[in-house]
Amino acid sequence: MNKDIREMNYGPSLESSELALKWLSKNNNKFGHFINGKMTTPINTFETINPANLDILASISKGSLSDVNNAVKSAKVAFKNWKNLKPFERSKYLYALARLIQKNSRILAVLETLDNGKPIRETRDLDIPLVARHFYHHAGWAEILKDKFPKKEPLGVIGQIIPWNFPLLMLSWKIAPALAAGNTVVLKPAETSPLTAMFFAELCIEAQIPPGVVNIVNGDGETGAFIVKNKQISKIAFTGSTEVGRLIRKETAGKDKKISLELGGKSAFIVFEDSDLDSAIEGVVDSIWFNQGEVCCAGSRLLVQEGIQNKFITKLKRRMSKLRLGNPLDKSTDIGAINSLQQLKKIKSIVASGSKEGANIYQPKIEIPKKGFFYPPTLLENTHQSMNICQTEIFGPVLSVIPFRTPKEAVSIANNSRYGLSSSIWTENINLGLDIAPKIKAGVVWINSTNLFDASAGFGGYRESGFGREGGEEGLLDYLNESSKPLISVQKQKKNKNKKIEKNKPKTIDRTRKLFIGGLQKRSDSGYDKHIYSSNKLIGQVPLGNRKDIRDAVESASNESKWRSMTAHARAQVLYYAAENLDLRKDEFAQTIQLMTGENGKDEVDQALENIFYFASWADKFEGTIHNVPIRGVSLAMKEPLGVIAIVCPDNNPLLSFIHLVFSALCMGNTVVVVPSEKHPLCAIDMYQIFETSDFPPGAINIVTGNRDELSETLSKHMQVDGIWYFGSKDGSKKIEENSNSNLKQTWVNNGLSYSWVDLPKEIKMKSLQKSIQIKNIWIPYGE
Amino acid sequence: MSQSQQFDLDINLILSQKVNLSAVERRCESIIKRRSVKKKSQVEWLLNTIEFMDLTTLAGDDTPGRVSRLCHKALNPVRKDILNDLGISDHISAAAVCVYPNLVKEAKLSIGKYKIPIASVATGFPTGQIPESIKISEIKAAIRDGAREIDVVINRDKVLTGKWKALYEDIKQYKTVCGQNHLKVIIGAGDLGTLRNVVKASWVSMMAGADFIKTSTGKEPTNATLPVSLVMIRAIRDFYDLTGKKIGFKAAGGISKSKQAINYLILMREEFDNDWLNKNLFRIGASSLLADVERQLEHHSTGSYSADNRHPIV
Repeated sequence: MNKDIREMNYGPSLESSELALKWLSKNNNKFGHFINGKMTTPINTFETINPANLDILASISKGSLSDVNNAVKSAKVAFKNWKNLKPFERSKYLYALARLIQKNSRILAVLETLDNGKPIRETRDLDIPLVARHFYHHAGWAEILKDKFPKKEPLGVIGQIIPWNFPLLMLSWKIAPALAAGNTVVLKPAETSPLTAMFFAELCIEAQIPPGVVNIVNGDGETGAFIVKNKQISKIAFTGSTEVGRLIRKETAGKDKKISLELGGKSAFIVFEDSDLDSAIEGVVDSIWFNQGEVCCAGSRLLVQEGIQNKFITKLKRRMSKLRLGNPLDKSTDIGAINSLQQLKKIKSIVASGSKEGANIYQPKIEIPKKGFFYPPTLLENTHQSMNICQTEIFGPVLSVIPFRTPKEAVSIANNSRYGLSSSIWTENINLGLDIAPKIKAGVVWINSTNLFDASAGFGGYRESGFGREGGEEGLLDYLNESSKPLISVQKQKKNKNKKIEKNKPKTIDRTRKLFIGGLQKRSDSGYDKHIYSSNKLIGQVPLGNRKDIRDAVESASNESKWRSMTAHARAQVLYYAAENLDLRKDEFAQTIQLMTGENGKDEVDQALENIFYFASWADKFEGTIHNVPIRGVSLAMKEPLGVIAIVCPDNNPLLSFIHLVFSALCMGNTVVVVPSEKHPLCAIDMYQIFETSDFPPGAINIVTGNRDELSETLSKHMQVDGIWYFGSKDGSKKIEENSNSNLKQTWVNNGLSYSWVDLPKEIKMKSLQKSIQIKNIWIPYGE
Repeated sequence: MSQSQQFDLDINLILSQKVNLSAVERRCESIIKRRSVKKKSQVEWLLNTIEFMDLTTLAGDDTPGRVSRLCHKALNPVRKDILNDLGISDHISAAAVCVYPNLVKEAKLSIGKYKIPIASVATGFPTGQIPESIKISEIKAAIRDGAREIDVVINRDKVLTGKWKALYEDIKQYKTVCGQNHLKVIIGAGDLGTLRNVVKASWVSMMAGADFIKTSTGKEPTNATLPVSLVMIRAIRDFYDLTGKKIGFKAAGGISKSKQAINYLILMREEFDNDWLNKNLFRIGASSLLADVERQLEHHSTGSYSADNRHPIV
């Protein structure tokens, strides 16, 4: 046979775009918005193009303020009926969407490929099947929601803003759980990839989703800002860049609005020397060359154990030469087009800067189409953590290689990032894999696998990769609220009666209260004390802590390692012991409370003791779950502590609120920096004597007294603080939320309202536990 | 191939082999969806499939007549008119015929002066449960009768009990007896229990002098699969990196459809450089596959789906 035949080339194998293009022309290649169950007339349009050949696909309306307002209004109206629908009814609607997506799966895949530039293999085999899966899974949640969460209710209108890298998949991640929970939505697709959302709008009509339940407003960042600023919206769910995530955090600060942010990443792909190297190579391909590397959880830092580095890189380069870049509609294409010119330029400029930093650029000699936004798979060698290219998210098919020596070093390099979205760990040693997974600061960890997603398992980040989860029970919870309200609108301020203070009592020995930092009693840096009065009578002094005291307290909380690594049982023992010790001195604490607040201190101490028991009980029972992901394997949804939690206590029930908040954080393994009530700090600061005698490791709990808003300002801006709970003024709450965007720490604020700490309903107590943890999903495929 | 192409047994290397089943399966699921072969390319790939084929009959009811028919089919695998329609003027034939040792003589008569080699199974095929001395005489007899390729089975018990040294010595002995003739070592993947055993058996075979490693006998509970093939192919690639010697790969057992065969070709093409895509380094052992390939080729030439009775049987 002749040479041509022997060469066995693939030849073109194009998926037809005919039906998708026909659908576009049926709509005159023009789209408005989907509001209140109808498509609006297209006006004020911009164009969306096919990034693989620069053809103009359609004109899209740019949503104005009144478009967004109309959409929100219709969602608000629709919410009343939607939330009250019988579970079975809501479930049927979601089921219909799942079915319709399946029935239209090929045209959706083609449309997505045309608009986004990603290969048809991915839209056909991964994106669209996962979209259907999300609606199926959440159709199920709609049905059983009330059984599983009897005390929860929907939030209202949800504003959702999604990115261009997985247009329809991100739409499904947002809409399916929101609807299942009984919310209605206003969603904005990305301006460079709106078409599948428009097709989805037609499916909503076909499924007879009640008008207003789903609203889709097209547009760019400005339209997105209208959504973020809308006062009728109860929650903003955003997926996109960390930069925009920060803006959203700032914009929503102080507005009592829930937000969940799924942001950027610089995830580590860790290859140990005892891994199946060839399989790990395929993992790299699926990790960084999936979707052109335009994936927030792309494993963009390849950490390889030094002994196998050369062997591994040789294999990797050989594998890279087999990657096929080209027409995304060709079924043999591995890497399609970058979504936009802007993104292509960004990738080029970051790689160029990496080259200047000293990275060696390797790109295989493969064909690159002349037309369209294409960028070849790229390997950067001789890169180091100190280079910008190892810290910045590229969002393109570019991989940096970093060697490591020991598992410990792999963990420290992996965690040496502002982000914490995902990680992939490759080893054939189950001990090693299961040891490393919990040590990685990331919301998703894949062992011997990568980029596995499912509707039943939560996805989302740690640190500056955002907060909130999508998928699974944990994702659903982000669209639900407790039905009981813990807030009392007017702060009850009882008059300080001080009836029981006896006159002519013998003088007691003067008492000096100090700060409690790193397990030691410390004088404040300022050297000043703050005088505490009750009914204009001086009843004691506490140290006036300042930013340096906060710095020291956070440092000791952050360096603490014993408390975090203790078993839950051991932690519970320490907490119970604290209750024992407090019980011994309960009269003294009751007297102090009475002295400060005039309220019945005995009741408050009793409830505080009960609270300690409550959280000690949960320490080894607030467990993770095992998700039924569709692989031979499991996904472990582990509840991990946030890390360092700063707690700024309210003035009412000064001991009870202190105990409740501090012990709920401690019981899950967090370390704590606590600022006691500014007004009534005495009994809280006295607690350090209890802590000292109850076997708490030094640094697990740190107490700094002083001016509440001054101290919380420093805490909320501190990059080492992972979460902050603030119970102060309305303005203070806003400040905390604004400042939290420095490192996107998780916040819990009271917006100036007061919690009634006495006789709290169980589900509110549970909320404190929920706030103490973040969920990490560890995917473990198995089999021999 | 010369006898000097044998290597010392490196036990540490054998024991250090790692395979992750789930990851291997994922690769196999993905690779066949990452590549698509349609239209003209499909014709080309199917013609190549024939040229990679060891057309095989290994049954209790094999007779001289049956073997003779097989040989003629191997020499004329596709109807001339179909080839003409497809614009193929070159002669094509199967890579080899593969028979039991008893029938090598008959095959030799049928093949006559033509160049395609005769492969014979040996060493107590398919189970290998006969004394070693008899295996040696069996190989010798097959070669004496005209076989140029010997497909031996390994003692699976030695894999299952970790007797790598003994296994190595067995195969080394077979190679010595084979001399210049091609030694294909059938590892019997379906009997080995784990992919880790598959990769270890592959390494031992290559070190001991195998020219080819082959997945299965076709008589095991499961035969050639993509995961088994993938780990064997990866072992071949690593062995080449280590020694510079190119070992061939033969997938056998259960490959009866064109689509399946093309999946194997995709696997070869993606996992190796192109130079592995020739019959000196790649074979598919099959009996009924050819009939399906013929039907597909006729479909390409006429545009209508074909039927079995339109193609001469094997």
